[in-house]
Amino acid sequence: MPTKPEIQGTAHAPKHRAPDEVLVSMQDVEVYFQLRGGSMARLLGMDTGSVRAVDGISLDLRKGEVLGLVGESGSGKTTLGRALLGLVAATGGEIRYAGQDITKLSTRHLRRLRGDLQMVFQDPSAALNPSMTIETAVGHPLKIHGLASGEELHRRVADALERVGLSPPERFMFKYPGDLSGGQKQRAVLARAVILDPVLLVADEPVSMLDMSVRAKILQLMLDLKRDLDLTYVYITHDLASAKFFCDRVAIMYLGRVVEVGRTEEIFADPKHPYTRSLLKAIPEPDPEKALPRDLPRGEIPDAASPPLGCAFHPRCPEAFDMCGWERRDLRALIEAHWTRHEALDFETERGTIANLDDLDEPSHEAVVAAGRSSSPVDVEDLLHRIREEDADEPLWRGVEDMTLTDGGVRVRFHDGADPRLRPAGGVEVACHLYPEVEPAAGEGPAS
Amino acid sequence: MNDRMEPVVSVRDLRVWYGTERGAVRAVDGVSFDLLPGETLGLVGESGCGKSTLGRGLLGMLPEGAQTDGEIRFKGENLRTVSRSRLRDMRGPELGMIFQEPLTRLNPLMRISEHFEEALRAHTPGISKDTVERAALEVLGLMGIPPTRYRSYPHEFSGGMRQRLMIGLALVFRPAFVVADEPTTALDVLVEAQIIRILHDLRREFDTSLLLITHNLGIIAEACDRVAVMYAGKIVEVGEARQVFRDPQHPYTRELLRSTISLSTTGLNYIPGAPPDLTDPPPGCHFHPRCPDAMRVCEELDPIDQELSGGQRVECWLHGPDHLIGVDGRDRLRVREELSVADEA
Repeated sequence: MPTKPEIQGTAHAPKHRAPDEVLVSMQDVEVYFQLRGGSMARLLGMDTGSVRAVDGISLDLRKGEVLGLVGESGSGKTTLGRALLGLVAATGGEIRYAGQDITKLSTRHLRRLRGDLQMVFQDPSAALNPSMTIETAVGHPLKIHGLASGEELHRRVADALERVGLSPPERFMFKYPGDLSGGQKQRAVLARAVILDPVLLVADEPVSMLDMSVRAKILQLMLDLKRDLDLTYVYITHDLASAKFFCDRVAIMYLGRVVEVGRTEEIFADPKHPYTRSLLKAIPEPDPEKALPRDLPRGEIPDAASPPLGCAFHPRCPEAFDMCGWERRDLRALIEAHWTRHEALDFETERGTIANLDDLDEPSHEAVVAAGRSSSPVDVEDLLHRIREEDADEPLWRGVEDMTLTDGGVRVRFHDGADPRLRPAGGVEVACHLYPEVEPAAGEGPAS
Repeated sequence: MNDRMEPVVSVRDLRVWYGTERGAVRAVDGVSFDLLPGETLGLVGESGCGKSTLGRGLLGMLPEGAQTDGEIRFKGENLRTVSRSRLRDMRGPELGMIFQEPLTRLNPLMRISEHFEEALRAHTPGISKDTVERAALEVLGLMGIPPTRYRSYPHEFSGGMRQRLMIGLALVFRPAFVVADEPTTALDVLVEAQIIRILHDLRREFDTSLLLITHNLGIIAEACDRVAVMYAGKIVEVGEARQVFRDPQHPYTRELLRSTISLSTTGLNYIPGAPPDLTDPPPGCHFHPRCPDAMRVCEELDPIDQELSGGQRVECWLHGPDHLIGVDGRDRLRVREELSVADEA
């Protein structure tokens, strides 16, 4: 089934560019945000930790393609998109464009690149200055870069508006953003983005604030602009359905990492990472014959300041096994989930068995579940056994190496686990232990 | 659903309008429907069609200056005309509302336990802390929130958890009727799916009738028994969700389904134009300027509510009644009004 529309007139013509010409190359890109911590910690110069918004991503963006960065909020997709344009400073790795490393450029040099690299934001109302007319807003980039003024500026703004379907331009030029509908505003934002004749457009959720009936129109406009202006897109979204339609390749992101990347058709036909599979199953389809599955991943995307050990997705993964990185905090979640399922009365009687759940909050592959004041280590063991019997298929138990009684409670040791790196599987790359990691043969470079 | 069941909510010819300088905005323009016990009715349509106004109007939560007419029958009373204090007493035990932005509805200085205590005490003065806790923990359990978090503050919860909390707070009274306005719009895909599951299971756990307002047709298909499609202040089609999705009878419903981008989308479709200005909607059927099937009668006469088989109702001249359509009334509108691409929502 074709997922891309046939563009008439180009089907028979050979593409005039090399298909794999790399436009932007990202190598181990990292964006860490330092946490401020408390005043005492700052005074004493303590390490307050950092949020790894983008945590070592390597991707190539090919000329003329639409690359989708797909993930939930907190996956780092927007931060990566901004880093691509130098809007947020990468703290590690490199981003090569036109022979230079964007991460090393000064603001002045970056400004020169802005003509080539443009961004479209999610909320068109916030992206347009409410006190600027559409003509001023759309012509702003030309003016700032000193590329046009007077009659020439006016003409080029009119052309840009015409190009995005805001025609006749005279009808829109003198209006203010407040006079336009959401879709019209997003068209104006696109006009402003293309007026400098860019090479790359990073579009961050360009349609998600718009009504369903308008989304298709804006996506169609973006496809037209891409064809007419020979653009390359990075399309950032949480919406897999539009990504499936719109992108040539997609990178599925989770907690600052790419967990699966490959050609769109292949990823949607045969999703490999359990996270990708869950996302695809979770989309409510307007088809009453299909129902959401019961086995949706539990919980939510974890705190990036203190990510899970091993694979970041393991606490939610329905297919996780021993080497996925089970740890102390997962045990806490399991005990809490047990109490959530039970009557309040059971919780009343059982809560005293365990001294303090907060002791289980530090990341570690070993946990000591201390007995409460009026209970013994054996009571704790009984409780854990009861929880295990309730749901023997719970993936966490696959990660338990042993459970031993100690003086004050029960010691649970988990397998060490490992953090899965991206590895080829089928025609895509996936970061998951379900797929064996193949060492590249000597002399061969890593596949990109 | 059982046909003989008495509806919980019965709305007849409800109208809501606001006076503005440009004239009255008729946000809800003669809406009638029934909601059966334990039933979930989805309300869908583009922005600016009056969905939220209708939802708020049902619970008497409209802003100052809104005028209403018609009847909202709930357990023998007309909610539109009951006193403010009576309505306040009913909100909570009988009527509930779930909003889109959970964080703005929770008090950041109050623990979750205090939210429940405040809510329950307002209606049952002197209720003991233990009774509150037991009721709260039971509903939180159904929402998937651990009892260990009962004394936490709102900021200690994630977005999805906060929305569960809000739903829990609305349901702790086991109200007979709840309006949920875009409850999952601000959430991620997986969390949204979890919340849809909860809403889907409501009828079994609580026997609550739910009006679920959303622009997402996928959510309707997933969580609703019946669906009402709203356009320009009117319900243009209502029926069993499966039936309406399989075989939409109103061109607006059909085009709305066609323009939705789903995993099976292979081409882009959209409805030209935008919903009309509700101070001055087009004559006849409000949808006719955007309708691919528009006929001459559509711009002349208001369409009439027609009942089709299976209880489906539709307001569209394609379904008659024939005796009211003039000799050339079925002629195609010659030139469908030329709509600029830019005339969009």
